[in-house]
Formats: sequence, C-alpha cells, structure tokens
Amino acid sequence: MENEDIEIKLVLKAIQLKHGYDFSNYATASMKRRLKKNLEEAGLKTMSEMIPLIIYDKEFFNLFLHNLSVNVTEMFRDPPFFLSIRRQVIPYLKTYPFIKIWAAGSSTGEEVYSLAILLKEEGISEKCIIYATDFNENVLEIARKGIYPAQDIRKHTTNYQQAGGKESFVSYYHADYNSVIFDNSLKNNIVFANHNLVTDGVFGEMNIIICRNVLIYFNKKLQDQVLYLFNESLRINGFLCLGSRETLDFSPNASLYIPVNKNLKIYQKKKSNLSTGSRSI
Amino acid sequence: MTIKTDTKKQMLIKAVVIGVSAGGFKALHRILPLFDNSFPIPVMIVQHRKAENDSFFVNSLKEKCHIHVEEAIDKTRIAQGRIYIAPGGYHLLVEKDLSLALSVDSPVCYCRPSIDVLFESAADAFGPNIIGIILTGANADGANGIKAIKSSGGITIVQNPKTADVDYMPLAAIKTNAVDHILELDEIPRFVNNLVIGSN
Repeated sequence: MENEDIEIKLVLKAIQLKHGYDFSNYATASMKRRLKKNLEEAGLKTMSEMIPLIIYDKEFFNLFLHNLSVNVTEMFRDPPFFLSIRRQVIPYLKTYPFIKIWAAGSSTGEEVYSLAILLKEEGISEKCIIYATDFNENVLEIARKGIYPAQDIRKHTTNYQQAGGKESFVSYYHADYNSVIFDNSLKNNIVFANHNLVTDGVFGEMNIIICRNVLIYFNKKLQDQVLYLFNESLRINGFLCLGSRETLDFSPNASLYIPVNKNLKIYQKKKSNLSTGSRSI
Repeated sequence: MTIKTDTKKQMLIKAVVIGVSAGGFKALHRILPLFDNSFPIPVMIVQHRKAENDSFFVNSLKEKCHIHVEEAIDKTRIAQGRIYIAPGGYHLLVEKDLSLALSVDSPVCYCRPSIDVLFESAADAFGPNIIGIILTGANADGANGIKAIKSSGGITIVQNPKTADVDYMPLAAIKTNAVDHILELDEIPRFVNNLVIGSN
C-alpha cells in the first residue's frame, strides 16, 4: 500500500474515533481529492499532519467536515426528473390517503422545497409528509431556514418552468437584496431530521425515497448497504429515485424493482424481498 | 513531430484517457472512428460540455465508432475495448479496483467534468500503464492531469497546437514539460494503436 493511502486510512479512522462519522466506505478517488484540497487549504504537506488537528482543533474540524461533504444542489435540479415525478408518479400517489416521502441526503434543502412546491401544485400537500434528512447539522440548519442566495434565482426559475411549474415561481418566495426566503407554508409538511445513511436505520415506511447523487460518494459495499436500507424502508409499489447517472442494476436488490423511467432512474418496488416471490398489482 | 525520444522500456498499456474542450466534437469524430473494434483496452474521455445537451454528442459518436461507446454510469466495472464518456455535469474518476466513479464536487478550472480529475485518478489507478492525450481546447484544464500521468510513469501525448482548432489547452499541457509526444490529430490513432498493440 502506498504511504498516502495508509495516511488516508488513518485520517478517516481518527475522524471516526473522535467524532463518530464513518467515511471508511466512501468512494476512494473523490474522497482523496477532497482530503488533498483540505490539506492544501491548511498549508500542510502530508495527510497525517491533519490527524492532530482533527482530534484537538474543533474549528479546523468543522471546516474540514464542511469541505468533505458535497453540497451541490439547486431548485428543480434536472427538470425532466421533476416533470416525470409530476406526470408518472404523482397520479399514482393521488390514490393513497396518506403519502410519506423520504428525501435522503437532502443537503441544503433546495430539492425538498422543489418537491413541496410540486406537491402543492398537484393539490396533495395536505396528505403528504416529507422527511428531509442529512447527517450534517450545518446543511440541515440551512435547509430549515429556507433562505438562499438571490443570485441563483434566475437558474431556479428556469428549472421550475422546465419542470412543468404551473404558477409564477416568484409567488413562492420573498426576495431581499441578496437572498430569497421560501414561503413558510411550504414547510408545513416537511420534517427536517438528522439521519446518517451509513450508521442509522429504518424510521418509517415510505411511498417515495429520493436520493439523487448521494450514492456516487459511497463505495460499492456501502451503496449496497444503503440500497438495502432503502428497500427495507419502502412500501410495495413505492418509488425509489436515484441520480440520472446512478443505477440499481449492480445491486442485489435490482430484481425487486421495475424502471418507471429508465433514463431518469425512477424505479418502483414490485416485490418485498428475493425469497417471497412476486406480488405485483 | 516528437520532442523527446522515448528511451523508456516498453510498458504494458492498460488504458487511454483523452481530454478535450473547444473543438472537441470535430476532433473526436475524426479520430475515434479510426480505432477498430479489436482495440483491446478501455478509453475514458472528458469532453467539456454543458449538462443539458446530453444525448446528442454520445449518440453521434456511437453511430460513427467501431468500438462500443457509452456515457459513464457510476460503479461500472471498466471493460476492455470500450469508450466511456464523462456525463455532462459530473466529474468522471477511476477507482483503484478499476471501476468508474462519478462526483458532483466543485468544478475544477471552471469545468465539471474536469480533465484533471479524470487524469489524476486514472494515474493513481493505472500507474505507469496508461496513455494520456490532450486535444484542442481553450482552457488550462488537463495540464495538471498530464503532469500526474507523467510522474506516475505513463505516456503523454498532445495534439500539435499549431494545427489544433484552439491551441490554448495543448500549449498549457506542453508548458508543464511533461509531454512525451506532440502529434498531428490524424497521426494519433495509429500512434496509440502501435503503442497499445506493441505492448499487449
């Protein structure tokens, strides 16, 4: 094993022992890039020099943790996905009296508010509850506030329109000079909660699980583990939504699902597990 | 034209990575169809492009190439004789277990996908057994990647900036002093073929 790879293992172990976050099964190549970036920003030479800082320097660790997690998202990111949810998934869900949605790894919340807007326009907000979870308390706090930089609003408005938006997007937020705050009523059916996909378990039986561009950060083993957790958390005929370049195909659970939209990676669960055979509707 | 004579003993080549930006649509359509379907190793490509204009570029290459072309999906095990293109809006990386990984980490050199990200991870994964190629482009992305491939012992090739559609990216790569060969675009397929066939 190369020296740097040894050091990376030690750094990740230090994080786990001191702070409880387990990054050991994250995808290696991108994790290494993020660690290197931290190293450069801290003006250090070797990975192992970060270990004492991780253990003793709280301020360093907070920034370090922030840099390790990837929080790139936007409102109605990938508009065709939201359009497909609107046209292919919502009509199906409308037949249910109560709908539970899990946005796993919801980061700073843009996707969650997009979903809340969509449900409102489809007239089913009242019977929906969205669980928005992330392991990172800082991004959850941003999500709870629902305040975003005004500079992104033009992009978000275009996305909203392309996603089949029915109203004027401006009716959902109040703009200040530098920021926009989303309407408080959107939060009525959202529960923000800390949940770590690596270490925490099932907390409910869901109709939809949305987890886009989160699994790419995990290695194959952890991906399978999290997909197992999703499967345990998803009702029969529930929907699982992954990022458009992620796939269920390599997972042992793949045969339990059928693709609703193959390109956009929207799947529907058709069997409860591998042994009990099919029970399709 | 070759700027350095290659005195290094023949290495087994296991993969090719290509980075290209402005002018890339034309350049890739020119060279990739020249590889025949017996090409024995995988090719990973970053072409800078917007996230939106997705399928057209890859579909067009699929039609023109003899080798199987696909847009990279996360965790795909790299197969021999296939061309993998980085999806718009995602970085493409190679893991040491020779599977593909994607990320939506911050852009590098304003780009996602970034050539540096692919090349640096590929250098890590394949060590000296790799060829890195920089083609036309108006961005310095790829220069660090070329350095990484060179320092892990791989072979580096750059399109001749004098005849490239846009010379900035080839020049930035050459400036690193880590380039083994400067070639005309049309020469690249045969040159790579000879290196690969000779080594395999």
